[in-house]
Amino acid sequence: MELVLSVGIGVFAGSGIWLLFRPRTYQVVVGLALLSYAVNLFIFGMGRLRLNAPPVLEKGVAGGFLTHTDPLPQALVLTAIVIGFAMTALFLVVLLASRGFTGNDHVDGREGR
Amino acid sequence: MNWVGHLIILPILLPFVTAAALIPLDERRRSLKGALSFGATLLLLLTGGALMIASAHAQDNASLVYQLGNWAAPYGIVLVVDRLSAMMITLSTLMALCAQMFSMARWHKAGPHFHTLFQFMLVGINGAFLTGDLFNLFVFFEIMLAASYGLMLHGSGPVRVKAGLHYIAINLAASSLFLIGVSLIYGSTGTLNMADLALRIPDLSAENRMLLEAGAAVLGIAFLVKAGMWPLGFWLPQAYSAATPPVAAMFAILTKVGVYILLRLSLLLFGSGAGPSTGFGQGILLYGGLLTVLFGTIGVMASQAMGRLASYYVLISSGSLMAAIGLGITGVIPGTLFYLISSTLGICAFFLLIELVERARDAGADVLAVTMEAYGDGDDEEVAKEVGAAVPGTMAVLGACFVACTMLMAGLPPLSGFVAKFAILHGLFSGLAENSAVTGAQWIFVALLIVSGLAALIALNRVGIRTFWNSIEGTVPRVRLIEITPVLALLAACGFLTLQSGPALRYLQDTATALSQPQIYIGSVRDAVPVVSHGGS
Repeated sequence: MELVLSVGIGVFAGSGIWLLFRPRTYQVVVGLALLSYAVNLFIFGMGRLRLNAPPVLEKGVAGGFLTHTDPLPQALVLTAIVIGFAMTALFLVVLLASRGFTGNDHVDGREGR
Repeated sequence: MNWVGHLIILPILLPFVTAAALIPLDERRRSLKGALSFGATLLLLLTGGALMIASAHAQDNASLVYQLGNWAAPYGIVLVVDRLSAMMITLSTLMALCAQMFSMARWHKAGPHFHTLFQFMLVGINGAFLTGDLFNLFVFFEIMLAASYGLMLHGSGPVRVKAGLHYIAINLAASSLFLIGVSLIYGSTGTLNMADLALRIPDLSAENRMLLEAGAAVLGIAFLVKAGMWPLGFWLPQAYSAATPPVAAMFAILTKVGVYILLRLSLLLFGSGAGPSTGFGQGILLYGGLLTVLFGTIGVMASQAMGRLASYYVLISSGSLMAAIGLGITGVIPGTLFYLISSTLGICAFFLLIELVERARDAGADVLAVTMEAYGDGDDEEVAKEVGAAVPGTMAVLGACFVACTMLMAGLPPLSGFVAKFAILHGLFSGLAENSAVTGAQWIFVALLIVSGLAALIALNRVGIRTFWNSIEGTVPRVRLIEITPVLALLAACGFLTLQSGPALRYLQDTATALSQPQIYIGSVRDAVPVVSHGGS
């Protein structure tokens, strides 16, 4: 499980960073999205991986690190997803505005030589 | 809890409510929107002043703590006010007030929802100054940035959209780094509350310490991007010079938010009590800051347009601050904070002044103006209709303001820029006297602090001569009273700071003393008790 998660984060982050440095605005958006997936998984992983453990206490049952997983990273990741999603949407709008002004999808507004 | 205690939440709540209330108002009722927004900011300024007084009179220098959910500190979310955060709130609000007043002359008509975005940016800025834990810092940072994206694009046009695209991309990437840093810190220490974090750092095991320092470094990069450290600050001149003048004036505080967090966290988490991690990252701050000043100095000398000049000066200002923090000498901190206030107010005034001065140049004597007039005529008439009587002696007033800005930015006596640099250098040399000689890096810092002032002086002189003395036609720009008043107010604030530099430096000295004793901050947060409710109230 640890291996799958770390490889997943690595692949997401690697592809995201590569796309971030590409000259097309669409590639940059996808790169930022992939990067934020990697970050979200990373936050999740920082609560330590536990399988089949609930993050929320049940009524009348005492909780502990042996039976429960850390709920805080899950709350953090939720916030991060929402903010990241909103920012990507905003960025898409700016991308369209830029496209409208310059007529192409290069990040600098004109084709490089 | 008495009413003063509840004032702490007001710098977040008031702009938040104002912004929300402004949204349903019709876009054509701009004057009403502007007036409401201006009134709210005025109240905010009073709140900032009250918080400054309250924090200065707190017992034993304690920080004022506000528990948002009425839960005790490490588990509940807290807002913390001490002298530093109260001062930063007052500073940012003063700038906001002036920028808003300026915008009401014409710029808030350039696009929708200007005042709403402006108030949301204030929510983010004030929240970042007040928050006591790292994740809420992230949230407030994002609020601030999201509003600043909107303001950056205010007025639209290809140049702003292109600069905005770059600005948003780099800040989104920096936000990812922010989250990685925060989660690494949580993973290694198990807390995000800054006071609790400072308590746990000295006793960390070796492998957790490594993770924590990696996390702090990644987190630091996010703030350094915001503060514009070389080589992370290439986005800054482009974005700041493309933004509309009131927005650019307000953006001058955004770099200082990054500097504020760096100062706060490096003294709280990696101060004298941090065990093996003491002084973590100071070298990076010092040398990075020095390189930033150098880069800014070259940029200022190379700039032709005033907007770019001011943007590069922003880099000089934040570079000097970072280097001064990186010196790690407590005696330098009061001067550094004084420099922060003085240079930020100076830049803010200058960004507003640029537009007024360049109005004259556009219509005036440049060769470029021939083409300008060809398609700029209709625009001019429109402007002429909406302005009232031109202020008499406009050029004289503008020129005097320009000279005052030059003195502030170059650090010439008698204005506060000089007092600030003098206080920094005095703190540096008197702080060292008893133990050791001045090191090479410190000499470079001293040299760069002075040379960057000289460069700013030369560059501003060149621009000033070209603008005020070399204009052939002598076209007088039409400036409304509402536009020149904010500039004069900001300069008057600097003048007041100069006259009252004794009390101001004493306040900042107390601030530095409190900052150098993290146990005061930690103690205030940990000892704060939840309010006990009395029956129904």
